[in-house]
Amino acid sequence: MVKIVRRPHLAGMRKLYVVEILGGLLTTLAHVLRNLFFPEKLPTVFYPENRKAIPAAYRGRHRLMKREDGSPRCTACMLCATSCPAFCIHIQAGEADDPFKEKYPVDFTIDLLRCVFCGLCVEACPLDAIRMDVPLVSFAGYRREDVILTKEILLQHENADYAHAPGYNPHRPLSVTHGVHYINFLKNIK
Amino acid sequence: MDSLTFGAINIVVMAVVMWNIPLQFIPLMIWLERKGAAIIQDRIGPLRANIFGIRLFGLLHTIADAIKLLFKEDIIPNHVHRLYYVMAPFWSMTVALVPLMLIPIASPLQIGAHLFRFQVADYSSGLVLLFAITGLGVYGTFFAGWASNNKYSLLGSLRSSAQMISYELGMGLAIVAVLMAYQEISVSSIVEKQSGMMKLFHWVVPLPNWGIFLNPVAFVVFLVSAFAETNRTPFDLVEGESEIVAGYHTEYSSMKFALFFMAEYAHMVVASIVMATLFLGGYQIPYVTTEQLRHNSHYALCAILIIIALLCLIAGIIVYKRAKAYGMSFAEKLGKKEYFVISYLLFAAALMSIFLVPLVVQMRFAALPSQIIVAALQMMALFGKAMIFLWLYVHVRWTLPRFRYDQLMNLGWKILFPVSLLNIAITGIVISFT
Repeated sequence: MVKIVRRPHLAGMRKLYVVEILGGLLTTLAHVLRNLFFPEKLPTVFYPENRKAIPAAYRGRHRLMKREDGSPRCTACMLCATSCPAFCIHIQAGEADDPFKEKYPVDFTIDLLRCVFCGLCVEACPLDAIRMDVPLVSFAGYRREDVILTKEILLQHENADYAHAPGYNPHRPLSVTHGVHYINFLKNIK
Repeated sequence: MDSLTFGAINIVVMAVVMWNIPLQFIPLMIWLERKGAAIIQDRIGPLRANIFGIRLFGLLHTIADAIKLLFKEDIIPNHVHRLYYVMAPFWSMTVALVPLMLIPIASPLQIGAHLFRFQVADYSSGLVLLFAITGLGVYGTFFAGWASNNKYSLLGSLRSSAQMISYELGMGLAIVAVLMAYQEISVSSIVEKQSGMMKLFHWVVPLPNWGIFLNPVAFVVFLVSAFAETNRTPFDLVEGESEIVAGYHTEYSSMKFALFFMAEYAHMVVASIVMATLFLGGYQIPYVTTEQLRHNSHYALCAILIIIALLCLIAGIIVYKRAKAYGMSFAEKLGKKEYFVISYLLFAAALMSIFLVPLVVQMRFAALPSQIIVAALQMMALFGKAMIFLWLYVHVRWTLPRFRYDQLMNLGWKILFPVSLLNIAITGIVISFT
């Protein structure tokens, strides 16, 4: 079905532009007077010195979670690397000494230059080993190496960091696997 | 001193002064444009450039820009017509600065037997010469577009010439009606005619005898045409960046680009002063004549002091509010206290001026000092009126979107042209009955 949108017909005073222009000038004049005498109402933050709080549900840079002994939770199952649409996760698996673990990541590299920040790796992980909640806004670098995250950089953070900040999204699981909670969350919506 | 020497000195002094007025207004206008844009869009605007932490509300950004542009490489592309390419920015700037030479900025001083005019050339048909010079402005744009040998520059300059020629018509006809009302063509006589009260059919109307009240239609037509003549929004199709890159100055860089940029602002300053002269009574103070002011020059000085006090008070409030709101967390070194110190200085200046008023009221001045005081008040009046138009330029730029080319031509030829013709006829009828 074709819907025809007709151009608004300008008639009378509106065609002379004068009234419309004066109305527009009055609107901007109100902004001028308000901002001139009440600068405290401006939303601007003086950025590098003052920063706004980052919400806890912020999807930021990646980090790897740790077990109690400090080793990475990751078992190098490759689910995140497989689900990644940008192919930015490179995992090199090694055989683990622990009898309950088959593998561990010898090397875990995320190339932020390729990453599209879709969050699919976090949803794919069955062990909640990878999260994207580092509250950094700018992580640009001068060299390529500055924005390629190695396993050491990803493991710098403690598990407790960032998790229980105010406004934390309860639908995002803390210690249990991501998938089950996500399915429950979808059920609740229905 | 014979009158010829005195006249020569007068002309040289006033030429230097009038040459410098637009040049001093340009950095101020660039600052006003940036801050005006910011404040209309709920932003704060440039604030970061500083010397030892002193920021002066972003005024230093203009200096930083000038230094940057001066030290940039001056590129002349191989495909341009070198003579026209180099000539165009200088042409624009010169034509922008010259018309001010015909504008009086205060009533003449009587020094002994000589008359010191606050005007470079009191030319008897000054208004015609003024518009002749303004009409040359289109060549600067057109030389630039033609010499650049680039289709976007050429398109921009073609638009500009068509636009400026079309609007010059409406402007010229608006001026005809004004000239009929004043029955004068010399700029200084036009300003003198605008003193005192307005008279219509032998009744005194409680309005100053200004062009805007005598002939409001001509004022509106002139205002719209002046926006088009200076290539400002909503008529800035010449540099419509969404369509033709940057228009006529696409190929220009460094100080040549800066000259075009400055010429635009110089044009605005000149157009504002011309509009203030023709329609807002020039240097005249409403309701009082120059003679009355000169006989009561102590009151004139009081008026100057009160105006200074009011301006300082408002500026002080604005600065103090900012000092409070920003918290100065971003500042370092001297900048931490800068806004507070400046606002206190402004408050102190306002207080000083107010305290001086009762002293000044009891003073009586001799002939020459009282003339100088009145001249100062008149200059303040003229530049105050010009500032209204300068702010209007900024305000309109950040309110209205750009006109389409056919809308522009329709407005010029189908509305402004007939309206100004009709206005001439009506003015003629009214004048024949008075």
